[in-house]
Amino acid sequence: MTATSTESQSRPDLRALFLGFSSVGLSGFGGVLPFARRMLVDERQWMSAEEFNTQLGLCQFLPGPNVVNLAVLVGKRYQGVAGAVVAPLGLLAGPFLIVLLLALLYDRYGNLPQAQSMLRGIAAVGCGLLFAMAWRMGAALRDKAFFLPFSALTVAAIAWLRWPMPVVMAAGLVCSGALAYWILGRK
Amino acid sequence: MIVGELFLEFALLSFVAFGGVTALLPEMHRVVVDNHHWLDDTTFTHLYAIAQAAPGPNILVVTLIGWQVAGLAGALAATLAMCLPMSIVIYLLIDRWEGFAGKRWQRAISLGVAPLAVGLIFSGATLIAQSAALGWAAWALVAATLVANLRTKLHPLWFIAVGAALGLLGLV
Repeated sequence: MTATSTESQSRPDLRALFLGFSSVGLSGFGGVLPFARRMLVDERQWMSAEEFNTQLGLCQFLPGPNVVNLAVLVGKRYQGVAGAVVAPLGLLAGPFLIVLLLALLYDRYGNLPQAQSMLRGIAAVGCGLLFAMAWRMGAALRDKAFFLPFSALTVAAIAWLRWPMPVVMAAGLVCSGALAYWILGRK
Repeated sequence: MIVGELFLEFALLSFVAFGGVTALLPEMHRVVVDNHHWLDDTTFTHLYAIAQAAPGPNILVVTLIGWQVAGLAGALAATLAMCLPMSIVIYLLIDRWEGFAGKRWQRAISLGVAPLAVGLIFSGATLIAQSAALGWAAWALVAATLVANLRTKLHPLWFIAVGAALGLLGLV
């Protein structure tokens, strides 16, 4: 995976984009963003750390799967529309096939008691990992006294009242965003 | 036409996926299990578990749901619906990003959306716990995973392997 200095200065072609993002897609479990950074900035040097942060900034600002959006941007930058199609395809093709294989196995063997109990165990662990993720994200919030109540309200609306998420997010974003706007102006 | 419906539902969700696809778990459950009855609680939980154990971006849980609802066409439609709308928006927006990055309203949205994402992920966790109808031993495993994940740098695959093993042994 080490790029020579001549390669690192050339613009990646479609094949390189596809293969580069394939390696990212297949390398991580539960999120591959750190691997994308390593591939783009450290290994193949397609962009500087600063450029990476700018592009990632927009991906994180907008909703949707961040790493797919990042692949679109990197693809666009080097190969226009074709690159913007090929890079996310490379990212998703391998994992897509693996997941379909697992789905076939599940269709065939999912009813076996052993499979059921194994998946129960994994689901419990997955649940713990989600709580940990929420905890970590909550701990990273700025101005917790102002913003944690919005987290609690979101949980009440979504998990307890089961309101539709588009409505909850629209209302939440208006209130929480207005508060954030005010806080930013005060400082 | 179930594939078309799936595409529209998921394309709509992609516009509110602040915090990534993981934040969508509660809403996907609402749409797929509660509203349309395409899947039951147990299957939904199983698909989440399978996605956890597979490599790749978090979005693949969407692929699995699509597959269970409508086969290969469903898998493709759900995945595409989740990726395409925002891909187009971001493609068109990147050239202007430098212009509005760091503006007060842009930072306010980023700051304001973060606590909502925390609430969504937390809701997803409670929802998986409910759907899986966890017993006390499983709750102990949830708590142990939470603490171990926060306190150590162990790779998540180790947790998944332990969960699978405890499950197989009939302990959770």
